[in-house]
Amino acid sequence: MDITTLTIHEAKKMLENGEITSYELTKAYIDRIKKIDPIIKSYVTVCEDRALQQAKMIDEKRKNGEALGSLAGIPIGIKDNMCIKGVKTTCSSKMLENFVAPYNATVIENLEKEGAVILGKLNMDEFAMGASTERSAFFPTKNPWNISKVPGGSSGGSAAAVSADLAIATLGSDTGGSIRQPSSFCSTVGLKPTYGLVSRYGLVAFASSLDQIGPITKDVEDCALMMNVLAGHDSRDTTSANLEKLEYTQFLQNDVKGLKIGMPKEYIGEGINDEVKSAILSAADKFKSLGATVEECSIPVTEYVLPTYYIIACAEASSNLGRFDGIRYGYRAKEYSTLKELYEKSRSEGFGEEVKRRILLGTYVLSSGYYDAYYTKAQKVRTMVIEQFKQAFNKYDVLLTPTSPITAYDIGSKTDDPVAMYLSDICTVSINIAGVPAISIPCGFDSDNMPIGMQLIGKHFDEKTLLRCAYTFEKNTDFNSMKPEIGGI
Amino acid sequence: MNITKEELKHIANLSNLYFSDEELEKYTKDMSSVVEFANELSKIDTQGVEITTSILGEYNIFRKDEVKESFDRDILLQNAPEQGDGMFKIPKVIG
Repeated sequence: MDITTLTIHEAKKMLENGEITSYELTKAYIDRIKKIDPIIKSYVTVCEDRALQQAKMIDEKRKNGEALGSLAGIPIGIKDNMCIKGVKTTCSSKMLENFVAPYNATVIENLEKEGAVILGKLNMDEFAMGASTERSAFFPTKNPWNISKVPGGSSGGSAAAVSADLAIATLGSDTGGSIRQPSSFCSTVGLKPTYGLVSRYGLVAFASSLDQIGPITKDVEDCALMMNVLAGHDSRDTTSANLEKLEYTQFLQNDVKGLKIGMPKEYIGEGINDEVKSAILSAADKFKSLGATVEECSIPVTEYVLPTYYIIACAEASSNLGRFDGIRYGYRAKEYSTLKELYEKSRSEGFGEEVKRRILLGTYVLSSGYYDAYYTKAQKVRTMVIEQFKQAFNKYDVLLTPTSPITAYDIGSKTDDPVAMYLSDICTVSINIAGVPAISIPCGFDSDNMPIGMQLIGKHFDEKTLLRCAYTFEKNTDFNSMKPEIGGI
Repeated sequence: MNITKEELKHIANLSNLYFSDEELEKYTKDMSSVVEFANELSKIDTQGVEITTSILGEYNIFRKDEVKESFDRDILLQNAPEQGDGMFKIPKVIG
């Protein structure tokens, strides 16, 4: 048996029963990374020594009968925009290519407190700006289901690694779909929690009113296990919600009887690929057969969410990325004579094309004379989005949509037209604008055997209903058990 | 809507970004299509709608102003492209 195929809950049992050690499990992943990752290219940094050391320590503690955390000995991968003390945090950018984080992100502290073993840092679109991981300044990541296709993004490394058994679970970050869309493209489970549920301290900021950290896992039970550890108040993130800590695993019920599910028609209309649409409609039928009610509903403002998203996200990014000035950390140009020249050259050489495009758009919409027409307008439409989701949730417990209007596409086929790329975010961005939680779970395959994901959207802080709904679907279908054959290996 | 090269130069200057003439052409074209896409918003009626200032209700977060252990200077300086005497080094600013 190949132990890298285990889920967290399966591995936990085997570790507890003494059938495997954490060292064996971690070593199996390191070996598999060495063998398979030269093809998939999901890791930017592999922390081999650090990981094996951590695993040995956990094994030692277990042997001595010491108290162990809920993720003791479980090898996890981290998107390369979260800080691990003493490890490079590159954001897949030339700007941070040599940046060594001087502190741990709160999510890393929480994972390590529970005994998790950190395998390494995963590739992403530069500064999380992109939806294909082709915008990494280092190399594109490949989709394990077909290595000529993109894994999605921006957390493409995180989803590809879980899908190819190169980590038992990973962390991603999601500003406009960056956990959910790659999960959909790679057939993994990805949750974007409610805004404020998981601390962003130590996450390199992209758009602060939209960013959330969340888990990418092999199944829904693992997602709940990860949320047990990730969710919680942190005074170092002022947007962190101060709520009672929950055990998310208790909501894993195989039962959706009486649950009211809404299907916003704007998300299954024009522009949605037919195979994706038919998989979503089959999922709706499945929920009905399991005792839920499913009805069509409407979120009319959907037509305007993409420009709203890009204005808000780029405005915030232009401000957040102002800190990269070539002085305190990050890339500095070789030749300059004045301070202004140092700033301009360091930023122009350090940032990639898409990042510069977004900084320009963000600066433009915030500049004098354009602020009201773009930024103020977008913040008003944002209010309408929040209101329309609230109204939908007065009637429904959960909303069901595709995660992406399309399945994974060929590497290099969409990089030339920035607007065409933005349009494929249609199903995911509203969720960040409204601050609500959403999970993507596998629900089918297209005729090329590429995965299709469905998105379940919940009320603020109602992750429990999402988990219950996702768990029930998973337990009553087979999509989750499918595995990619990586280039015939 | 078309963005002119001059406008793009102005925005680039505000963004502390530098572009060669060739890049200016490309980014001007890209920005025009992206701004056109953003202009879609002018079509929606937002009369009487308040702007969003906070996603989960408005409240302020206060904390005590306490002295706490901070980062080690030497460790922080390790990431600086140029440093000396415990400080970040930059080109001369005042003439």
